[in-house]
Amino acid sequence: MLLKGKTALITGASKGIGSAIAELFAAEGADLILFSRNTEALKAVKDKLNAAYPVDIKIFSVDVRKKNELENAFQELYSQKVFFDILVNNAGIMTDATLQMVKDDVMESIYETNVYGTIHCSQLSLKSFLRKRGGSIINLSSIIGTNGNSGQTIYGSSKAAVIGFTKSLSKELAPLNIRVNTLAPGFIDTDMTKGMDPKFYEKNLASIGMKRLGKPEDVAKVALFLASDLSGYVTGQIIGVDGGMLI
Amino acid sequence: MNNQEKLIGAFAEALSIDPSIVTDSLKYQGIPQWDSISHMVLISQLEETFDVSIDTDDVIDMSSVAKAKEILAKQNISF
Repeated sequence: MLLKGKTALITGASKGIGSAIAELFAAEGADLILFSRNTEALKAVKDKLNAAYPVDIKIFSVDVRKKNELENAFQELYSQKVFFDILVNNAGIMTDATLQMVKDDVMESIYETNVYGTIHCSQLSLKSFLRKRGGSIINLSSIIGTNGNSGQTIYGSSKAAVIGFTKSLSKELAPLNIRVNTLAPGFIDTDMTKGMDPKFYEKNLASIGMKRLGKPEDVAKVALFLASDLSGYVTGQIIGVDGGMLI
Repeated sequence: MNNQEKLIGAFAEALSIDPSIVTDSLKYQGIPQWDSISHMVLISQLEETFDVSIDTDDVIDMSSVAKAKEILAKQNISF
């Protein structure tokens, strides 16, 4: 088991890529701390994993856009002397619209979730990694963040910000044995892509070299590599998980 | 070991410096060893040593050994 004895905190863990990462990490022996806004769905994930794997799972109803909720959750963990080795900044949202059609509240919500949520969780996790004398932060960007896409200026720029954050933070934390990497998934079969404008959906599907949508498990396997000691000398990297998607 | 000795030990270990250098007047970035990276290690070392949790504002505010004592004193650690 690649993660036996380790604990992972995963945001946006109630569905899609987040829940797939939670399940694979549990299968590899990791104890889990799961964050999501969707309490009911999160409980269902916990129950499912508890039934299948002998690992400890803590769940927190947290909106990563709200710093006070994050602070309270981390404080609760630290007051119980719960420290973790792995942070997966998975929580993210996407709304498509050409720039002139984007409303301020949509911009703010995307940036608060995708960018500030990632930054705040990373900041609050440092205490844990310092206690553990090391750690692994895995951020979720997107192929839209690396390549851009029409109609996704706000989402794409938020995911590009995650890449910039990763590049700088990895340099800052490398001396402390804390690794920081980012996954850039392509077109993955999740609720997020199911809600996509049909014209974008078809265009994106046609552009995938492997001619299939990715599965959340495809992303989870690369997250497992980055979480485990297999990637002990890997930091500051942006790894595409996109089936050869051209965009 | 009293709290003063624990504090000096924590600073010396976190910053990899001789304990004799750890005086109230020692300041953040006053020596090459106390930089922004080792500051994070220092905070963790103080938390472990005194079994406390130091909040973010105090992490930023901890600009000297004397200030560290003030911050720890708020959590009933006396020197």
